[in-house]
Amino acid sequence: MNQKKFSTIGIGVTFSPNLKANICQSARLALLFKASLVLIHIGEASKEKSATFASYLAPFSKDGLVAKVVFSPGEPVGAILESVKQKGIDLLILGALQRENFLKYYIGSIARKITRKASCSVMLLINPSIEPLPCKHIVVNGLEDEKTPATISAAFFVAEALSSEKITIVEEVYNTDIGNVQDDKSLRKSTLLKEKISRREDSRIQKILEDIPQKHKENKQVGTQPIFGKRGYSIGHYAQVVRADLLVMNAPKASVFWDRLFPHDLEHILTELPTDILIVQ
Amino acid sequence: MSTKKNSIQSFFSALPKNIFSGFVVSLIALPLGLGLAMASEAPPISGIIAAVVGGLLVSIFGGSHVTISGPGNGLVGVLLVAITTLGIQGAYAAIICSGVLLVLLGFLRMGKLADFFPSSAIQGMLAAIGLIILGKQFHIMLGNKLSLDGSVAYLLAIPETIQGVFTYADPGLTFAAVSGVLSLAIMVFYSKIRNQYLQLIPAPMWIVLLSIGFSYYCEVVLQQPNPISAMYMISGIPSANQIVAEIPVPSFSGIGSLSFWTSVLALTLIASIESLLSIKAVDKLDPQKRRSNVNRDLKALGLATVGSGFLGGLNVVTVIARSSVNVNNGGSNRSANFMHALFLVIFIVLFSAQLTRIPLPALMAILVYTGYKLASPALVRKIFSVGKEQLLIFFTTLLATLFIDLITGIIAGLIITFMIHVLVNKGASVFIRNFLKPNVLMFQEKESGNYYVSVKHFCSFLNFYKLKQKLEDVPEDKDVVIDFSMCQFVDHTVMENISGYQDVFARRGGNFEVIGLDLHGTDSKHPFALRKLIPGLTKRSGALTKRQLTLQEISKDFNLQYQAEKSEDVRFLDGFKYFSTKKIERIYNRLFNTENTFKLFDINYSEGEFIAKEDVRTTMLHIKLNGVVPGFTLDQEGFLEKVSAFAGFKDIAIENHSDFSKRFYLRGEDPVAIQAFFTDNLVLFFESNPYYHIESNGTSVLVYSKERVAGVKEIKNLHDFGKRLQTELLVCAQNPG
Repeated sequence: MNQKKFSTIGIGVTFSPNLKANICQSARLALLFKASLVLIHIGEASKEKSATFASYLAPFSKDGLVAKVVFSPGEPVGAILESVKQKGIDLLILGALQRENFLKYYIGSIARKITRKASCSVMLLINPSIEPLPCKHIVVNGLEDEKTPATISAAFFVAEALSSEKITIVEEVYNTDIGNVQDDKSLRKSTLLKEKISRREDSRIQKILEDIPQKHKENKQVGTQPIFGKRGYSIGHYAQVVRADLLVMNAPKASVFWDRLFPHDLEHILTELPTDILIVQ
Repeated sequence: MSTKKNSIQSFFSALPKNIFSGFVVSLIALPLGLGLAMASEAPPISGIIAAVVGGLLVSIFGGSHVTISGPGNGLVGVLLVAITTLGIQGAYAAIICSGVLLVLLGFLRMGKLADFFPSSAIQGMLAAIGLIILGKQFHIMLGNKLSLDGSVAYLLAIPETIQGVFTYADPGLTFAAVSGVLSLAIMVFYSKIRNQYLQLIPAPMWIVLLSIGFSYYCEVVLQQPNPISAMYMISGIPSANQIVAEIPVPSFSGIGSLSFWTSVLALTLIASIESLLSIKAVDKLDPQKRRSNVNRDLKALGLATVGSGFLGGLNVVTVIARSSVNVNNGGSNRSANFMHALFLVIFIVLFSAQLTRIPLPALMAILVYTGYKLASPALVRKIFSVGKEQLLIFFTTLLATLFIDLITGIIAGLIITFMIHVLVNKGASVFIRNFLKPNVLMFQEKESGNYYVSVKHFCSFLNFYKLKQKLEDVPEDKDVVIDFSMCQFVDHTVMENISGYQDVFARRGGNFEVIGLDLHGTDSKHPFALRKLIPGLTKRSGALTKRQLTLQEISKDFNLQYQAEKSEDVRFLDGFKYFSTKKIERIYNRLFNTENTFKLFDINYSEGEFIAKEDVRTTMLHIKLNGVVPGFTLDQEGFLEKVSAFAGFKDIAIENHSDFSKRFYLRGEDPVAIQAFFTDNLVLFFESNPYYHIESNGTSVLVYSKERVAGVKEIKNLHDFGKRLQTELLVCAQNPG
């Protein structure tokens, strides 16, 4: 399996109270991933701004971080996506707010649009911090999907870089698969079916895990957990329950008009980010 | 197929019991069927037809086991309106249409329909139906046939009727009133007299038997006509031949009118709610602990209703009173329902002439009692004890049903409940924002096999079906932990339903625990009171949760003291490395011994600050040791994250116990002292017991398992483990090496 590495990390920056934390966090990640960093600022270039960015980046540059700043005035979503293409960014970091309430919705909706349209992987940070915080537990989805092996492999890559201790691969079992429980008979049937599906899912995941390079699996506790809930949403709930530090998920399929009307999968998670999220393209 | 053979065998071996039980049920079904039909102003026989058709069809096609089907008391109010506005033949057409709708509901798996109604609103609706029945029949019971407009007018006229009894000029009327009052007395006092011979026949049948007996006594012994006025005798009971010959033709002429469809809708709504509630209640009574297939039952009830409507009968619903009599008399499968129908046929064929000897007031006394039971003051008291707001919901629904109609009543109940929830939460945003979100997560915890269910945001009648769907998927002999700590608001409907699940799980050998509610505020002390999570709650309200009550109970078994109140004195936890990066907010639900050396407690601590802040609630055990033990941390190999503060220390190997070293992660600052401390006995103790995380700070040890509050069963396990660990550690501390 070819291990996709993140070589250029981009971050959309605005002058918000979180600015320093956002920059520190992404600079740290860039160092850990051995990648270069691109700061994308929506707005006109100015000396003051450049100076601010430089001062925040200075401690990291000492450690060998290659960073540059791009000023691109214009409509935020288009401008960021354009920079992503031009600079060959393969991981875009966006600062998000934990709950999109009325005032902060605007920022949230930009992040959401970018997430939906970006051609690269996207990481959403809910609590960027100036000081490094350990990332101990990573939860990754194990959906039956062609993108899943790449996502799991990316999760292991990130776990290695962040020296996380625990990875849990979550298999979501849907109600449609286990049938309707109406009485004792259908309950027995569904319980058996559930076990069968869990086993089948488990062996599927184990197969994916076999392809993960051994060195990424060392020193880690790797677990699987089947959960019963709504696809794409319950994994966020699970991450919250087990207090995971990072949730890694597949990128959504190209969204169609229908999905906007009936929010699903990722949309739900984006409305209430349970943890930091990495969406792997 | 040996299992098939077995089931046939057991069916036949249980048949005699079911025949008997069906017989007893038919004894109640006969007077009730007649009475309910007459209360609806339908021909008396229509109630019996509904019971017969229902019993025959539902027993064959139904999905429940010990329920009895027939005409229901909840439908009296709606049928009354339908018959007065559409005429009896139009009403039959409405009944047929509602049957079709019921079948559709069954196919659409709408068995969850009843879950969408707040329980206090349903109670209010049923109470209103009770008052409608009581109000109307009370006058007939006292020999005063009235024709008033609206059910409230009947209720208001009750005092007048009572006064009127003493001024009857016609002795026939007085006798009628006496028979009514005597019958009511039988209904009231029957349950108070515990005599096995008396109890052999149900109270309604005693009334029937006594009044027919009295009638024959007058005729044969006294040789004079029955003193009860002939106007107050049941009339129009056709013989079996007549029933077959005179099947009414339903008239579908009103099918285009609004009033027709309002009736159909009301009939369907009430029929499904009454049936679903009854099935749920009867399932709890089933000694064989089976689960009913409600959707299949709905289909069967719908089919039976259609059949009953074509044959001139009323709606068929599942009825709780008759079903419980069935269970009490040993009914164990659907054949009892079938038999009850057969016995009714036999009664009608053999005794239809005798039935006309029953005085109307006597029959109506049965209904007055039924109505009273639905709207009894005890019920109002019970609802009041849950909370004042429940009473408001109850009365809103009740009054709207009485003054306007049933559908308006239940809608008013829904609206007022939602408004109260909005008021309690100071805004509707929590509901609007989260209504469509799938808020329930369930998974099986790998280590224990427990089902863990976590509910987010809010849980009320609006979205209880989502939780219910998950809970239905769990076999009832398993352990379930349901966690509401991420849930801001839990309403009474949910609490009541959860309690129902607790009963079912307890009966079937499982365990159903609710956690995360201890910090929610309530207004009343009732365990079903609605609960709301109040951020920064400083003063806890008085009501203890069920978990807290159980803790109080087990504290006595363990010879420990219990304090539910929070305590800020957490200095005893200071030396523990685990808390070096955490802020302890409070400890509560403490169980401790008099010397304060053994403490079990729930603890609330937080990691991080401001936006990165995470609140954790968990249960821990703290044991103070007299001897000095080395500082160490013992973990299951792999749970690294719990002890990150210890990072840098290597796993300490204990000689000759490679298995122990493989399974456990032992760390500490002084490896030599620790190696000396871990004797063979201690190692064996840890190897042979369940995993707990154990940390020692030199003078005491801390034992905990999960980063969530433990259920009562888990606390018992923790207590037991702690007791044995204490003995083990004391031995080691006294004989080091």
